[in-house]
Amino acid sequence: MARRAQPVSQRAGIIAAAFVVAVVIAAFVGISQRIETTTGLRAAEWQAVRFTVWQAFLSALISVVLAVPVARALARRRLPGHTLLVTLLGAPFILPVIVAVLGLLAIFGRNGWLNTALGVVGLPEVSIYGAHGVVLAHVFFNMPLATRLILQGWQSVPAEQFRIVGQLGLPPRMVFRVIEWPILWQVVPGAFALIFVICLTSFAVALTLGGGPRATTIELAIYQAFRFDFDLGRAAVLSLLQLAVAGAAAVLALWILPPIALQTGRDRAVRRWDAPAPWGDAFWIVLAAGFLLLPMLSIALSGVVGLFYMPVSVLSATWTTVWVACVSTVVLLVLALPMAAWLAQAQWGGAEALTLLGLVASPLMIGTGWFILIFPYVSPTAFALPVTALINAMMALPFAVRILLPAMRQVFSDYGRLSVGLGLRGVSLWRIVIIPRLRPQIGFAAGLTAALSVGDLGVVALFADPDVATLPLQMYRLMGAYRTEAAAGAALVLVALAFGMFWVCDAWGRRHAAG
Amino acid sequence: MKYALTLAATLGATTALADTPVLTVYAGDYFTSEWGPGPIIETEFEKICACDLEWSTGDLVPRLLLEGKRTKADVVIGLTSDVTAKARATDLFAPHGQDNSALTLPIEWTDDTFLPFNYGHTAFIYNENTMDAPPASFEDLLALPDDVKIVIQDPRTSISGLALVLWVQAVYGDRSAEVWEALSDNILTVTKDWSASYGLFTDGEADMVLSYTTSPAYHMFAEEDFTKKAAIFPEGHYFMVETVGKIAGTDQPALADQFLAYVMSRDFQTIIPTANWSLPSALPQADWPEGWSELPLPEKVLFYSETEAAELQADAVETWRAALSQ
Repeated sequence: MARRAQPVSQRAGIIAAAFVVAVVIAAFVGISQRIETTTGLRAAEWQAVRFTVWQAFLSALISVVLAVPVARALARRRLPGHTLLVTLLGAPFILPVIVAVLGLLAIFGRNGWLNTALGVVGLPEVSIYGAHGVVLAHVFFNMPLATRLILQGWQSVPAEQFRIVGQLGLPPRMVFRVIEWPILWQVVPGAFALIFVICLTSFAVALTLGGGPRATTIELAIYQAFRFDFDLGRAAVLSLLQLAVAGAAAVLALWILPPIALQTGRDRAVRRWDAPAPWGDAFWIVLAAGFLLLPMLSIALSGVVGLFYMPVSVLSATWTTVWVACVSTVVLLVLALPMAAWLAQAQWGGAEALTLLGLVASPLMIGTGWFILIFPYVSPTAFALPVTALINAMMALPFAVRILLPAMRQVFSDYGRLSVGLGLRGVSLWRIVIIPRLRPQIGFAAGLTAALSVGDLGVVALFADPDVATLPLQMYRLMGAYRTEAAAGAALVLVALAFGMFWVCDAWGRRHAAG
Repeated sequence: MKYALTLAATLGATTALADTPVLTVYAGDYFTSEWGPGPIIETEFEKICACDLEWSTGDLVPRLLLEGKRTKADVVIGLTSDVTAKARATDLFAPHGQDNSALTLPIEWTDDTFLPFNYGHTAFIYNENTMDAPPASFEDLLALPDDVKIVIQDPRTSISGLALVLWVQAVYGDRSAEVWEALSDNILTVTKDWSASYGLFTDGEADMVLSYTTSPAYHMFAEEDFTKKAAIFPEGHYFMVETVGKIAGTDQPALADQFLAYVMSRDFQTIIPTANWSLPSALPQADWPEGWSELPLPEKVLFYSETEAAELQADAVETWRAALSQ
C-alpha cells in the first residue's frame, strides 16, 4: 500500500482522546482527595479477579467462535426478510441487562420454555444458575455484536473476488484460506478483545445468574466498596486493577494487529459462486435466530400484559430517557468521529485502547469522582442527567470507534490523496467525502449508543432527582414496589424504545448503503 | 405550547414560593416514587408546615459521607439500624428531641439521635398453592429437600441481604458456617437487590424468597391475593427498623423539628402501612388499618444494636461468602 496521505488534521482526534483521558483522570483525582485509608486486596477480591478474567475469556471465545459461521451464513445467503433478520439478531446486545436476564430466564429458567419442553419428553431439568449461566448470558449479549462486526468484514470482500474463485472452481477450503481467513484475522481479534472487556466489567448478569458468591466480579467488588462499605481507597484500587487487566488485554489484541484497510466493498449481498449446499448455513441461521429471538419474544409476551398496569409516569420517564439518549449520541459522535479519523491515520493500532477507558474505568468510579468534584460548586442532582449522558457516550465509544475505524481507513486509502490533491479539508472534507461514505457505520454506531444509553441505569441511581427519572430507574422503582407486572410493561417499553432508537439511526445509515 | 404553559406556571409558582421556607429531606430512591410513601407525606406535611418539602434521593450513607458538613439535607429519612453506626460517625446528626416512650416497637428503643418510623422483620415468603410443606422453623428450612429453591440477596450490596446474615448469626452464632453450607443446596441464586429476588419469586423461578414479614400484606390488601405467606420461625426473626434523623447544621431547625414531630403523629403513622407496606413505629396495634392486625408476625424478635451489627457485619458476611464459595 502506498504511503497514506493525511487528509484530516489529527489534532481534533487527539483533543477528543485527551478529553476522555481527562474525564477519567479527573474522577480519580476527585476520589483520591477523599481516600482516608489504603487497604490491600483481600483473598475474596483476588478470587473475584480470577473469576472475572476466566468468565470474560470464555464468554468472548464462545461468542466469537459461534459468530463466525453465523456471519458467514448471513453473508452468503439472501433470505426473505434478510435485513430485518440482521437487525433483529443485533437486538440482544442493546437490551438493558435486567430485561435481557428476564427474557433468558423465561426460556432457560426453572419454569422456562426449555425445561417445560424437556419435561414433556421426559428429560432432566437444566439449570441456568451458576458460572455457565453467566457465560450463556454474555454469549447472548455479545454474539450478535461479534456477528455484526464479522459480517461487516465479510461484506467488504469485493464480489469480483468470489466470482474469480468461482470461475477457478476452488474448493471451499481453499476459498476460506485465500479470501475468508485474512478477513477473519483482521476482524476477529478486535471483536474478541472488545467482548472480553465488556464481559470484564459485567455486573448485574453475574449477580442474578451467577448463583452465589463464587460468581463475584471485580465490578461487584467496586460496587460494594463504593456504595456499601464506602471504602473509597479500596474502590479506587479495584478500579485501577480492572483498568489494568482490561487495558492490557485490549492493547495486546489491538497492538499485534497491523492497521490494514479493508478492501473496497459494499454492504450488499454477494453472489457466492463457491457456496456449498445451503443446509449448513440454514442450520446456523435458525440456531442463532432461535437462541437470540426467543427470549425477546417472551419479554414481549409478558410485557404486553403489563402494559395495562403501567402508570402514566412511565411516559414522562420515557421522554427523559429519549433526550438523555440523544445527548449521549451527539457527544459520542463528536468524540468518536475525530478519534476514528486520527486512529485511521495512526501507525500504532494500540492507541485504540484509549477508547476503552470510559468503559473499563468503572462508571461508578467516574460518577462518584465527578460527584466529589462538582458538589462544592453546584447541586449534583442537577448534573445527574448530563453526567449520565457523558458516561453513556464514553461507554459506547469503543464500540463506535471499532465500527467506524475500518471504513474510515478505507475512505482515506481510496480518497485521501485525491482529497489532498483537490485541496479539500476541514468541514468540507467531512461533509463531501467522509460522512457520505461512512453513513452505514455512523448510523450503526449512533444507534448502538442511543440504545445502550436507553438501557443504562448508570449513575442516575446514585444521585437522582426524584422528579426526573429515567425509564430503567422507573422500572426498578416499580419492581421495588412489588409491581412486577407493571415493571414487565415498562420493560417492554424500554425494549421498544432501545430498539426503535437503534432502528431509526441504523436505517438512516443503511438507506444510503442500499442505494 | 404545553411546555410554555408549564414553564410559565413553574416560574409563577417559584415567584409565589420565593418566601416559603424549603425543608430538604434526603430519602432512599424507592421512597419518593409515586408508589412509595413520599408523595403523600409531602402533601400532608405541606398542609401543616407552610413550607415546601423537597425530596432529594440517592444512596443515603455514601452521599452523607461524600457531602460531609456541606450537606444540603435538613432531615434524612430511611437509614436502617444496620447502617446508623456509620451515619452517626459523621457527626452530622443532632438529637431528634422526640419522646421515645411513644414508640410501639417490639423492642426497647433508647436512641436519642435516630427515630424509628417503621419496622418489619426478615422472613422467607412462599406461595401456599405451590408449596405443600412450608418450613415451620429454621431447622425445617435447613432440612428442606434439595429441589426446594430459595432466592436471597447479596449481603455485600443489599440491606436485606445483610439483615439475613445477621439473622443467621443471631440464631446460630458460631454455627453459622454450617448453616450456610446446609442451606447452599437450596439457594437457587443470590441477587444484587431485593427487587430482583422478589421478581424471581413472583415469576415462579423460586419457591421461597428472602423478604419481610409484611410482604404478604401488599398482596392481600393491594391485590387481594391471599396465597403469599411468610414462614414464621420460633427461633425468632431479625428485626429491621428504618429511622429518621435531623441534621445538626440545618438552616431550618424549627421545620426539621416539626417534621420529626409529624413522623410521630397519628396522621403519619397511619399512612405507613399501605404506603410503605411496613409496620408503623408509634401506633398501637389496635389502631392499625383494617386487616393488618391479623398479619402473622413472629413472637420472638432478634435484634442487634447498631454497634453490635457494625462489629459483627464483616465476619458474618465473610462466613456467608466462604461457605457459599465451596
